[in-house]
Amino acid sequence: MTEKNLVDMSWDPVTRIVGSLGIHTKIDFANREVVDCHATSSIFRGYSVFLRGKDPRDAGFITSRICGICGDNHATCAMYAQNMAFGIRPPHMGEWIVNLGEAAEYMFDHNLFQDNLVGVDFCEKMVQKTNPSVLAKAETTASPHAAEHGFRTIADIMRALNPFEGSFYLEALQMSRLTREMFCLMEGRHVHPSTIYPGGVGTVPSNQLFSDYLVRLMKYIDFMKRAVPLHDDLFDFFCEALPGYDEVGKRRILLGCWGSFQNPETCDFKYANMASWGRDMFVTPGIVVDGELITTDLVEINLGIRILLGSSFYDDWDDGPMFVERDPLGNPVDKRHPWNQTTIPRPQKRELEGKYTWVMSPRWKWEKTGEHLALDTGGGPLARLWVTALAKRVDIGYVRATGASVEINLPKTVAHPEVTFTWKIPRYSSTIERNRARTYFQAYAAACALYFLERAMAELHAGNTATWTEFKVPEEGIGCGFHEAVRGVLSHHLVIKDRKIANYHPYPPTPWNASPRDSFGTLGPYEDAVKNTKLFEENGPDDFKGIDIMRTVRSFDPCLPCGVHMVIDGGRELRVVHSPRFGG
Amino acid sequence: MSQPLDKGTIATHQPAIPEVDVLWITAGLSCDGDSISVTAATQPSLEDVVLGAVPWLPKVRLHNPVLAFEAGDAFLEPFHRATRGELGPYILVVEGSIPNERINREGFWAAMGTDSATGQPIKTCDWIDRLAPGAWAVLAIGTCATYGGVHAMEGNPTGAMGLPDYLGWQFRSAGGIPVVCVPGCPVQPDTFMETLLYLLQQAAGVAPMIPLDEALRPRWLFELTVHESCDRGGYYEQGDFAPAFGSKRCIVKLGCWGPVVNCNVAKRGWMNGIGGCPNVGGLCIGCTMPGFPDKFMPFMEEPPGAKMSTSAVLMYGRTVRALRAFTRASLHKEPPWRKPGDELKTGYKPPPDKGSP
Repeated sequence: MTEKNLVDMSWDPVTRIVGSLGIHTKIDFANREVVDCHATSSIFRGYSVFLRGKDPRDAGFITSRICGICGDNHATCAMYAQNMAFGIRPPHMGEWIVNLGEAAEYMFDHNLFQDNLVGVDFCEKMVQKTNPSVLAKAETTASPHAAEHGFRTIADIMRALNPFEGSFYLEALQMSRLTREMFCLMEGRHVHPSTIYPGGVGTVPSNQLFSDYLVRLMKYIDFMKRAVPLHDDLFDFFCEALPGYDEVGKRRILLGCWGSFQNPETCDFKYANMASWGRDMFVTPGIVVDGELITTDLVEINLGIRILLGSSFYDDWDDGPMFVERDPLGNPVDKRHPWNQTTIPRPQKRELEGKYTWVMSPRWKWEKTGEHLALDTGGGPLARLWVTALAKRVDIGYVRATGASVEINLPKTVAHPEVTFTWKIPRYSSTIERNRARTYFQAYAAACALYFLERAMAELHAGNTATWTEFKVPEEGIGCGFHEAVRGVLSHHLVIKDRKIANYHPYPPTPWNASPRDSFGTLGPYEDAVKNTKLFEENGPDDFKGIDIMRTVRSFDPCLPCGVHMVIDGGRELRVVHSPRFGG
Repeated sequence: MSQPLDKGTIATHQPAIPEVDVLWITAGLSCDGDSISVTAATQPSLEDVVLGAVPWLPKVRLHNPVLAFEAGDAFLEPFHRATRGELGPYILVVEGSIPNERINREGFWAAMGTDSATGQPIKTCDWIDRLAPGAWAVLAIGTCATYGGVHAMEGNPTGAMGLPDYLGWQFRSAGGIPVVCVPGCPVQPDTFMETLLYLLQQAAGVAPMIPLDEALRPRWLFELTVHESCDRGGYYEQGDFAPAFGSKRCIVKLGCWGPVVNCNVAKRGWMNGIGGCPNVGGLCIGCTMPGFPDKFMPFMEEPPGAKMSTSAVLMYGRTVRALRAFTRASLHKEPPWRKPGDELKTGYKPPPDKGSP
């Protein structure tokens, strides 16, 4: 391969993400490979800076505003960190209500992203432009699960996903509103909740509250009985029609999941017990390296987090203060850990070979090998299901982890009998599997919601309606919260001094996934997954649409999009025109 | 002779401005939460407006980075055309606070797209400078864009502010309209869409100048306080205050700012009447107000003014509550004649039976 075969292509900005994302690549068309990739982000707001000196009770209200599609995940994670720092735990009812709200968020957000954004990459109009021979094959390929979802051929599925015309696309859009209503029942408002507080919730439990949620949930479960087999058929077809497609967007299996849905029976929010109650979460926390579950211990996970700079627009904090020398168990805490981080923004020119983004590089230091692992979240669901399956701890009737798979049991609904879906650990951490896991996790969240609803109603019937625990802000304290934002790992680290916030660092999934080259030169996950990918698009460089690259970036769920623009070496522009245009 | 009645205009109306582009920038310091929020709207929904399901309106072409299929220069193309004066009438929607780039020697706080000449990002402020003067109307969506919001709080490094602060509160668009502010963190979905609908009706020539209050909010949407429309107001009047969260009673003593905040969410709910703030047990933290968030922090403490007003209302409220309890107890008893028996005790006196001797 020689330098002259390489073509520079940029997608900047990629739309539909908080903070604009740019993807800058070098492509070798002779070998149909991407040989280099940089991910850039161009917005800075400064939460960790302006949280300093504020009242620790306000952390959840403020950090919710970090994200406009999963702000509630932040509010919840902040509440977990506050509970630890304040030394309190909410009443069970409060925890079940939070779990119900968060389950609705997963159901809403994954649904909108999967079928209204990602789906467009696999729809008839797109495939016609990028891989006409694949579409031709789809026309004559019967859907294995046609009886479940009602689409006779794979091409019929692709047509149903056409934007603003396809029947499944339109149905999914309506479902995204129904699930947001479920969310508002529990957390008040979407996306910045009004009823989440340190110590619990302000929501008033009642028969009406739970039946309003239940009737909507059962409609969603009915919908999932078509959505899961539909996506299986679609993704399986791509792997059959294009042998090797399951390796597009593949990277080393380096998956992190920080756990979701607290178990109120055991979660006391004490750091000393965190390893134990962490393992009782209804989505198990853990890290999978090369297919092996190396830990499920939230204390170990916590202590291994490192924030590296390298290619981002910040000054280092080497001479900054150490806020936490040791954790409450006496373990030493690193200077590069979020508890000890000081954020010092330094706006500057963008240089792809130097500093090129506002995103830092979170890494996880594996003590066993000394590596700073560039973990990704698999878009959220892939890591959650993989860790949960291997950990073999969740067993609540509606959901069961087996050690190699996750079984999801959905009861009878209006149009379908009861169904069991089984998600099996795949061979690769790749684009197709990130997308497939998303659909299964929607069903997982719905199944969990049914369980949480049962528990909440049992509390209600027993007269246990308290939802909130009173507290006093301590003079000094530390806390950490671990949660799963919709698209992956979320942590909040809080230090209190003189009853004020002395330090606060939230780490959502996007810094993990969209991170640039770190100080060791290790690429971030988008960069790494795009760089290694094979290209299957039938078009040559002149009408290249980059569909395999776009599918790869979107599989991580950066909340982004479909329309792209590329600049080919020499400045000639190529445009992808999607039809119909929204409102066009 | 009476005048003939005017006939309805739906079939014949030609909008004064037949087509309008909506150029929507989310690249202020934002979370994109207002764009996401608007996808939940149903009265009208975004599809209703852009697909022409509502009468009289101009044809609307929407260009929003969170919703558009296009990206990169294909997405930015109408924005570039507008800066060159080559686009027809357009409405500029700005989401997110406006950072102060003048404090930077180089680099940027917020940008959208890349300048093909320099290879550097195009600053959001540059976009606003180029697009605001030529816009038929300028609309600030969400509290970040209207007044600065969370990213403009004390101690922020970016010098963030709202759009009227940046453009000047006396700013008038090409259509002669001040910056129209629809605050909320995020914006209530239908409140924003109703405002956009009004502006489109104004553009079509079927509505007069949009009425705005002193904070540039649509007057009819923000004239009531949260308290005036909160279904927990009855508890307040009776001096019945929740001591802890999770109660149905008034939460003003826990930190609710509803009595002094202009917002319709307690009445309207969040979506389809579901959810909200104090009406469902969530503190009003004043997120629609120019003073948000600083003047409302710490959020979980009783507002200083509420201490006095709740003490005043307590005496009256307790008395009234006791009297009402007395009345209510009486109203809970059925009248005494509703029981089985050989005699009719309802007071009905049958007329004499003419058939009897």
